[in-house]
Amino acid sequence: MPVINVEDMTDLDKAKMEVTQLKTEVKLERAKVSKCCEEITEYIQSGADEDPLVKGIPEEKNPFKEKGGCVIC
Amino acid sequence: MYPSIHPSIHLSTLTSISSSPVIIYVHLAVQQLQTLCFLANFPLAKMAAQEVQPSETIAKLKSESEALKTKLEEERAKLHDVELHQVAEKVDPLGQFVMKTRRTLKGHGNKVLCMDWCKDKRRIVSSSQDGKVIVWDAFTTNKEHAVTMPCTWVMACAYAPSGCAVACGGLDNKCSVYPLSLDKNENLAAKKKSVAMHTNYLSACSFTNSDMQILTSSGDGTCALWDVESGQLLQSFHGHAADVLCLDLAPSETGNTFVSGGCDKKANVWDMRSGQCIQSFETHESDINSVRYYPSGDAFASGSDDATCRLYDLRADREVAIYSKESIIFGASSVDFSLSGRLLFGGYNDYTINVWDVLKGTRVSILFGHENRVSTLRVSPDGTAFCSGSWDHTLRVRE
Repeated sequence: MPVINVEDMTDLDKAKMEVTQLKTEVKLERAKVSKCCEEITEYIQSGADEDPLVKGIPEEKNPFKEKGGCVIC
Repeated sequence: MYPSIHPSIHLSTLTSISSSPVIIYVHLAVQQLQTLCFLANFPLAKMAAQEVQPSETIAKLKSESEALKTKLEEERAKLHDVELHQVAEKVDPLGQFVMKTRRTLKGHGNKVLCMDWCKDKRRIVSSSQDGKVIVWDAFTTNKEHAVTMPCTWVMACAYAPSGCAVACGGLDNKCSVYPLSLDKNENLAAKKKSVAMHTNYLSACSFTNSDMQILTSSGDGTCALWDVESGQLLQSFHGHAADVLCLDLAPSETGNTFVSGGCDKKANVWDMRSGQCIQSFETHESDINSVRYYPSGDAFASGSDDATCRLYDLRADREVAIYSKESIIFGASSVDFSLSGRLLFGGYNDYTINVWDVLKGTRVSILFGHENRVSTLRVSPDGTAFCSGSWDHTLRVRE
C-alpha cells in the first residue's frame, strides 16, 4: 500500500520535501545546451531516413493500406 | 488530558478540496476551542504559542525553497548558450505532410480515455468511460477481447510486453491485470488479478521491461512500482504536491528511470531502484497531462493544459524547446514522438492533432477528423502509424 496520500500531508511536510529535493537538484552535473542540442540534431538526422512517418512508406509495404477488392478462388 | 488540536492542519485541509467531513471537523474543533476557553485560559495561551511555531517554520522553509530555486535557475542559466531551433537552422525543413486516417475503430459506448499498442504492431488496447477495455486488431478492425470493469472512467490501460496480458484501472483506485485468453469464449474477468492499490484514482500504468512489474501513477500524488505476481509494492515515489497524471519509462538502453507529470505543473525524473527524484522541471503553467521520452532517452516531451508542448533535455537539465502557437488555446492531452524523434504528435482538447517539427519548433501539419477532444495518442512500435483515441468514442489509426 502506498505510504501517503498527498492530501493528508501538512504544508510543513510538503515544504520540507521541497527543500530537500531542491538541495539535491542544485548539485546536479549539467552539460551545455549547445552540446545537447547538437546531439539531439545528430540523433534525428541519423534516424530520419528510416522513420516511416517522416519519409512515407511505399504502398506495397504499408501494413495499413486500403484493402483491395480481389478474391482468390 | 485535553484533546489534542492542531489548528494548522485544519487550515491546510480547508485550503484543499472542501467536503462535508472537513466542515464537521472544523465545527468540532471550534467547539473544542470554546470548551477550552471556558475551562481555563492557560491551556489556550499555550495552544496559541504552539500554533505560531509551525507557521514560522513553514515561512522559513518557503524562503529557503525560493533561494534554492533561484540558485538552481542560475546554475542552469550558466549553460544556456543557445536554443534548439538555432542549432537546427542548418537542417533541411520538412516537406508538406499528408496523413490519412486508415482505420477507424468503433465500438466504445463512451469517451475513449487511454490506448496502448502491442509490441506486435497490430493490436491495440483501449479503455473508456463506459468501463470497457477492448483489444482490437488494428489491421482488420476486429475486436478480439472485451472486458467490463467494475468501475467507470477507466483512465489507464497498457499492453504487456509479451502481448499476453493487459493492465487497466481508473476510478477503482486499482490497477488490475487480465491475462488474454486465446479462447474467445472465456470470461477474462474470471482471471483478473488486482495488482496495485492507491488511495485515489489510477491515472496511468505501464509494464516495465517484462510482464512481471508494473509502474503506476495516481491522483493520490504518488507513483509506485509493483510486482504483478504477488501484488507487492516494490518502490513508491513521493515528490509531487498534487495528482500525478502521466508517466513514461525510459527506453530500456538508458537504464532504470521514468518521468512523471502532474497537476503541480512539475515533471519529475525518478530513479526506479532508489525511489529518488533525480531531476525536476517546472516551466509549464498548468497541469501536465502527458509525458513521453525522446527515442534516445536523453530528453522528454510534455503536453499541458497551458496549450503548449515542451522538450526538456536531461543532460542540460532544462527546457530546450517550446511548441506553441497563439492560435492554439486548448490544452494538449497527449504527446508522442515519431521513430527518429523528428516529429512530435500532440492531441489537443480542440479535437485536433498538431504535428510539430521537433528541431525547428514549427508546426508541419494539423489533422482533423475527431469530433471531440483527443484524449490519447501513441505511435506504433515500428513507427509506421499512430493511433489517437477521443471523447467521440472512436480511435483512428493514421499515417
